[in-house]
Formats: sequence, structure tokens, C-alpha cells
Amino acid sequence: MPTTGNPVLNLSVFAVFVLITLYIVYRASSRNVTASDYYAAGSSFTGAQNGVALSGDFLSAASFLGISGGIAAHGYDGFLYSVGWVVAWLVGLLLIAEGLRNTGRFTVGDVLAFRMRQRPVRAAAANATLVISFFYMIAQMAGAGGLIALLLNVTSKWGQAILIALVGMVMVLYVLIGGMKGTTWVQIIKAVLLLLCVTLMSVFLLGKFGFSLSAIMAQATENNKLGEAVLDPGAKYGFSAMSKLDFVSLALSLVLGIASLPHVLMRFYTVPNAAEARRSVVWATWTMVIFYLCTLVIGFGAMALVGTDKIAAAPGGENSAAPLLAFEIGGEVLLGLVSAVAFATILAVVAGLTLAASASFAHDVYANVIKRGNAEPRREIRVARLTAVVVGILSIIGGIAANGQNVAFLVSLALALAASANLSTILYTIFWRRFNTTGTLWSIYGGLGSCLVLIIFSPVMSGVKTSIFPDVDFAWFPLGNPGLVSIPFSFLCGFLATIFSKPEPEMAAKAAEMEVRAISGIGART
Amino acid sequence: MGAAHEGQGYMTKAMRSPGEAQHEYREIRGFASFDDPETLSYIHSDGTPKFELIRQTEEFRTLRRRLTTFVFPMTALFLASYLTFVLLSAYAKDFVSTKVIGVINLGILLGLGQFVTSIIITLGYARYAKRRLDPQRKLLAEKTGVEE
Repeated sequence: MPTTGNPVLNLSVFAVFVLITLYIVYRASSRNVTASDYYAAGSSFTGAQNGVALSGDFLSAASFLGISGGIAAHGYDGFLYSVGWVVAWLVGLLLIAEGLRNTGRFTVGDVLAFRMRQRPVRAAAANATLVISFFYMIAQMAGAGGLIALLLNVTSKWGQAILIALVGMVMVLYVLIGGMKGTTWVQIIKAVLLLLCVTLMSVFLLGKFGFSLSAIMAQATENNKLGEAVLDPGAKYGFSAMSKLDFVSLALSLVLGIASLPHVLMRFYTVPNAAEARRSVVWATWTMVIFYLCTLVIGFGAMALVGTDKIAAAPGGENSAAPLLAFEIGGEVLLGLVSAVAFATILAVVAGLTLAASASFAHDVYANVIKRGNAEPRREIRVARLTAVVVGILSIIGGIAANGQNVAFLVSLALALAASANLSTILYTIFWRRFNTTGTLWSIYGGLGSCLVLIIFSPVMSGVKTSIFPDVDFAWFPLGNPGLVSIPFSFLCGFLATIFSKPEPEMAAKAAEMEVRAISGIGART
Repeated sequence: MGAAHEGQGYMTKAMRSPGEAQHEYREIRGFASFDDPETLSYIHSDGTPKFELIRQTEEFRTLRRRLTTFVFPMTALFLASYLTFVLLSAYAKDFVSTKVIGVINLGILLGLGQFVTSIIITLGYARYAKRRLDPQRKLLAEKTGVEE
């Protein structure tokens, strides 16, 4: 492989990044941590800072490596992902961000259990958070595996496994030392670097082709065996009735899933009030638009300059399109920089996920379900840190197992889960006064359960060559992405279960408080 | 009796979710109407706000109406526009494959159009919130004496 660059250079750039960020995380962390510091950075970030961090949470390996790779391999069909991911922020802006900020403190469970019976709802919310975060995390770690394979020319599965484990350990360090504050700073630094990196690459590419996107795409078609057809829809999803439905299902999950991801939701607690939460989504939307415009250029640029066949043959496959392009236009140094940024991205996103998962376990399960709300704050944080270590170990194992899958696709499953379990429940609890505990439990478990079952019995798990278990066939659900069924199903479950169960008059006062706080923000800090 | 009665009058006009109509909390409102309007307080003696009372103020109703009349239609709008783009890509391949600028086809332009509408709606909401929602929140905070 001539395209791996200089492994020593790649590693040193990355090591420098890790050392600098670890130092910043160490400086940012305060010695005497309260729960609010650890989970929500003491709500001390500004809207702009949090907005950049928010986009950082979403500009993951999946979006940078997965999307540019998807465009480089499938043209139009890869581009569809990015459209969904930009539009999705509107759900967060209009329906969720402010209400969530005004009614919760640390976790999604805070909001969902606000006016419901605490223990069952908190347990359900924590279950959903853990399952969603785990899926999302596997996707990130799988991305790390592919990247390592490419950059360090480590082709043995064992070598890659050791490196994935190293990535996991550094990530846990960030969380343990820095809590939310440290993780947010890493996220901000990384998002700025990533944006600079993709912007400069795009401007360079556009300059090379006389500032004509059409010229880049025209040359790209010459390096793809589909020719001009790659610019039209269908290169990846095909034209059968089922594949079209599958595509619509995926699109629905993309647009509804993002603002339901636990680690994204948790970000809204790091700002002092709802107006800042709103400001952060505005910032995030801008950065996402710029970023995805750039991935469009980078994806087609990689197809034009590197060629789809060469990308597919590289270690890491599709995910290696952006690094290969960097090598093509900037040689070893640019490859080193791009890979360091990509590594940093994985580290930062996984750290955010770990934090969300550990917060949910410590705050919802330990403090509120097990200790019934009487946990000592210091013990709660100790539990959170322990959980972070456990989650880190699990994600290392999962990442090693999923090494090699297309990460954008894995992420779409996590998004379907998030939209199914969280979105319906959050919207109902904020905007529908009659909604009750039974409805909450049904919409969480109905969405999460149906989504999981449909994934297990879909072609993703078994039946076809690309399945996780290709040799057996127990698939009866035809769609690769279950969102089209499971998202409406969870809305329906929540609605019917509420209608057919008794109202909870004893919760009337809490319901009034939630409505006033969610909409007006007054009394939100009491 | 002013404030509390005004509240009752508006109750019938308030927007309700399906299935909610039969379920109101009269005892709490009844208690409120015995207060002397001159000394009507929105804060309990222990410092916690009386949310049920605040919920019935005209200021809060206006705020809620302004919020929901913006966010729900807007959500319907952007979801419809996004799904149109998706359905066209899936079921009207020849149409979206029409070349417009060089090899750039209609589908890519429609996709980029989604970027543009997202920005417009985002900025539109930020502006609306600043002009129509935040001042109303301030009004409500002043009236009730409950801070953010």
C-alpha cells in the first residue's frame, strides 16, 4: 500500500493532540467536583461555545469519514445522509432544546420523570440511554479500527484490536479527569480543527477545478464504474420497491434521530438558560451546513482524484476516502493532520457518549431508582466514574467486534433507536398534559423494543452476504432500517396507553409546573 | 377577584390536547379565587412558585399560544419539505436526475435547497423568539415575581 503515509508522523501528530487536550482537560477540571460540574459543567458554557461543541458531538467519525466515504462511493445516495443531518437540527431547535433545558438538570431521565412516577420512568429512560449510546459507540469504535488500519498500516486484527483498546483508554481518561467541562473543551477544539481542515481542503479542491463543483463531479464520474449514473439516486439503494422503502425509512430516522440522542440532549444542560440553549442550536446549524457543504466537495473530490475502486480496495474501505484524498493533495503531512483530526473526533465523541451513559446510570438508576433520590452526591459521582470505566471497556469490546462495518450505516441504526425511544416521549411529556406514567413507559419500551426486534430480524443481522451473520437466515423484516415502522409505533403506543389508562390527578401540580417551566423558563432554576 | 376569574374565562378557550378536556383541576382554581386580588401572590410562603396559578395568567396563555402557533406549523413545513425531497429521490428518479448546471442535477440542488431552508427557519425562529417570545417571558416574570 503506497497510500498509508508515514505511520510515525501520523502517530506523532496524534500524540501531540492527545497531550495538549489532556493538559487542557486537566486545567479545566476543578478539584472539588459537584454533580453539576461533572454532569453539566456547572452550566457555565455560552451558547456559542456549546453550539460548537454540539456540532462537535455530531461531527463524528461517522459524518466525517462515513459521509465523505459514502459520497465517494455512491455519489448521490451518500449525499442524502448529509441533508437529513442538517434538517434534523430543526427538530432540536423548535421542539426540544428550550423545554429540555428548562425542565431537566443532568439527564434525559430528569425530563421524562419530571411529572411521572419516578422509579419506573427513570429506569426506562436509563435503559434507553444505555442501549442507544452503546449502538452509537460501537459505530465510532468501528470507525477507529478502519482509520488505524489505514494510517498505521496495521492490518492484523490483533494489532487493530490493541489500538482500539488504546483509543478507548484515552477516552475514559478524558471523562474521568475532565467530566463534562473537559469533554466539552475537547469537543470544541476538535470541532474547530475539523471545520478548518475540511474548509481548507474544499477550497483547495474547488480552486484546483476552477471553482466549479460541476467540474469536480464531471471528473468524478470518470473514476466510478457507474459513470454519470452515480450522480443520480439509486447507486446504493437500488430500485426495488423494498430498497426504496428502506431508503425512506433511513431518511426518517436521520431527521428524527439526532435531536433524540442522549449525549446531544445532555449538551443542553451545559448552558445557563433556554435562550443560550437556543443560541447553541443556531450555532450548531451553521457549522453543520458549512461542514456538509464541504463533505460534498471532499466526497466527489475523492472520487475524482483517488477513484472509487482504489478507495474500496484500501484498508478501511469507504471510510478511508477523506484520508486518501488528503494524501493525494497534500502528501504525508496533510494525511497526518487529517488523520489526527479524525482520531480526535472519535475520541471526543466517544468521551461524550461515555459521559451520557455513565450520567444516566449514576443519576437515574443509582441515585433515583436504587437510592430513591437519597444518594450522597459524592457517592453518585463515584458511581458515575466507575460506570464510565465499565462503559469504556464494553465499547472497546464492541468496537473490536464491529471493526470493518460502514460507520454511517451503524449510526443510522442508533438514530432509529433514539428517535423511537426518546422523541415521542419527550414531545408528549412537554406538550401533552394528559400524558401519564403508563404512556411514558409504553412509548419508551414500545419504541425501543420494536426497534430492537426489527433490527434483529432484518437483513442487517442475517440472511444476505453483507449481514453480521451471513451463514444463517432468520430475517423476516425486509428493511435494513426499522425507523419507518418503529418511530410511528412508539407514538401510537404512547398515545393509546395514555388514553386507556387512568389520569394521574396526584401529578397535577407537577404537570402545571412542568408546563410553565418548559414554555416560559420561569422558576426553572428553583 | 380579577385575575383568577379572568383565568377561568380563558380556560374554556385554551388549546387542549386530545383526551384532556374532561380532566381539569378545579380544586386548585377554587382555592385561588378566595385570594384578595390586591395581595394575590404567585409565590408560596416557602418560596416556591404557584405554577397552577401562573399557568392560568393571560401572559402565560399568550406566550404558549405564540410558541405553539410558530413551532408546530414550522415543524410540519420543514418535515413536509424534507420528505418531499426524499420521496422524489426515491420515486421520481428521472425527474431529479435532470441536469441543471453542468452535471449538477436537480436532486443535488433540491438537497442544497434543504440546507438553505434550514438556515432560513433557524434564523427566523431565533428572530421570532427574540421579538415575540422573550419579551413575553419577561412580562410574565415581572407580573408573577418569579425569576428564571
